[in-house]
Amino acid sequence: MGEPTRAWPSDTLTRVPFWVYQDDANYHAELRRIFEGPTWNYLCLESDVAEPGQFRTTFIGEMPVVVVRGQDGGVHAFENRCAHRGALIAIDDAGRVKHTFQCVYHAWSYDLRGNLIGIAFEKGSNGRGGMPAEFCKADHGPRKLRTTTLCGLVFGTLAPDTPPIEDYLGSEILGRLRRVMRKPVTVLGRFTQALPNNWKLYIENVKDTYHASLLHAFFGTFRITRLTQGGGVLVSPDGAHHASYTIGVPEDAMSAAYREQGIRSELDGFRLADARLLDSEDEFGDRIQLQILTVFPNLVIQQVQNSLAIRQVLPKGLGAMELHWTYIGFADDTADLRQRRLRQANLVGPAGYVSMEDGCVGGFVQRGAAAASDELSVVNMGGDGTESMDTRATEASVRGFWKAYRRYMGC
Amino acid sequence: MLERVVSLNADYARAIDDDRLEDWPGFFTEKCLYKVTSADNHRRGLEVGVIYADSNGMLRDRVAALREANIYERQSYRHLVGLPAIVGAEGEVTRAETPFLVVRIMRDGTMDLFATGRYLDALVDDGGVLRLRERVVVCDSGRFDTLLAIPL
Repeated sequence: MGEPTRAWPSDTLTRVPFWVYQDDANYHAELRRIFEGPTWNYLCLESDVAEPGQFRTTFIGEMPVVVVRGQDGGVHAFENRCAHRGALIAIDDAGRVKHTFQCVYHAWSYDLRGNLIGIAFEKGSNGRGGMPAEFCKADHGPRKLRTTTLCGLVFGTLAPDTPPIEDYLGSEILGRLRRVMRKPVTVLGRFTQALPNNWKLYIENVKDTYHASLLHAFFGTFRITRLTQGGGVLVSPDGAHHASYTIGVPEDAMSAAYREQGIRSELDGFRLADARLLDSEDEFGDRIQLQILTVFPNLVIQQVQNSLAIRQVLPKGLGAMELHWTYIGFADDTADLRQRRLRQANLVGPAGYVSMEDGCVGGFVQRGAAAASDELSVVNMGGDGTESMDTRATEASVRGFWKAYRRYMGC
Repeated sequence: MLERVVSLNADYARAIDDDRLEDWPGFFTEKCLYKVTSADNHRRGLEVGVIYADSNGMLRDRVAALREANIYERQSYRHLVGLPAIVGAEGEVTRAETPFLVVRIMRDGTMDLFATGRYLDALVDDGGVLRLRERVVVCDSGRFDTLLAIPL
């Protein structure tokens, strides 16, 4: 089911047809071939399911999923669908069970691996009714995922042949992920952002290093554009994953420069009244001020100065998606660093100074291209390749996305 | 006191809904906290906010950014602010809790129930004017549609 209905115009990665955001059959093919295919989907934090029986519910594409810590200490995940009539097995975002999940509808029960182990009135009542003797519980159950954990993140896959996560990411992206997720994390809060666009428009936006200083005028308006900055983008060899980064000048010099600018605010253009917003700590010791990393198909790990967050991309139909934000710190944060994370959370999220535009721009494309399904969008900045580059004036990682997308979709 | 809180809330809502955002920081004391969060985060004691300002300067910066830097489709709010409950008083600080409802009106006329919740306030008399030392906006839902630009 779900065969793509239209052909791509050519072999180039520099042109993308607008029907990919508009075609319902193609969308359903994506759910099967990408999200339910041989990819690793981010599910939750390992600390969300720290104790045996502790669970969290989420999605792979549109498939509801239960993630739970087993009695054996392993993390298990299975489709959140009762084998009987298909009702949700777990009906809360998170919680804890003892040994079993029980569907509320007819009390069919499941162990922590998702095996069907109990059927209410299986033998009937007073010798009448009940399930046929030949009904085999082991043959019925929700689909089970394979899970893997990496740096406190839990990933799941439905395919038997998805490569180990380290191979899936490649050494370069793996190193960038380990750079941020290097210690036990603490959740500082969660929000959901509902976006009025196809999920791919958000992923492209996150991978698009070209738009950052153009769409997000905050740093420029307040003259916080740092000419000393360097940066670039790393793209995994298969194109699927990326990490973009900017390198700043030493932190102390930066903070002093911001404060100095603040003092001159009345004299000359716009200056921040309270420059503490940008007063950050070089917590990773490498002067990288900003790193945005994606793991195909649904994970973004963000470091914007001291603001760290996990963003999970969930498709919700052809023209809608949700972004699940989990803001994190580390368990050993100093009070000072924690306060910086809270202040710098203003930069990101649904109201973020350098991210609120990302909430609406996908919708602008979805609406702008409404009548252009046979036209092509242009993804040509920095040439036609997908190689890592030491500039951000490139769309290499967007082309990388389409390279991987077309491989998974077989188109 | 109840009357003064009602009056403050009425002025606060009119300033935002009439697009006089420059007046908005004036409802707060110089040292203040304004935070937008969700009921779920609040209940769990999770500290992060969608907006987090711990000085009046940060509120003024928010307004300046909305006016000069941030890009979002033209929209306005209509606040309906309920009656405050005075829930405590410690020294000079009065604590009040007030329910609100915000309808968002987009440029094409689309109206949505954008947010509901409660204001958890710490109020002080600041030279004869009642001002907010703290306003924690606890939204009933943690799900925000598209973006949050104009403050709640």
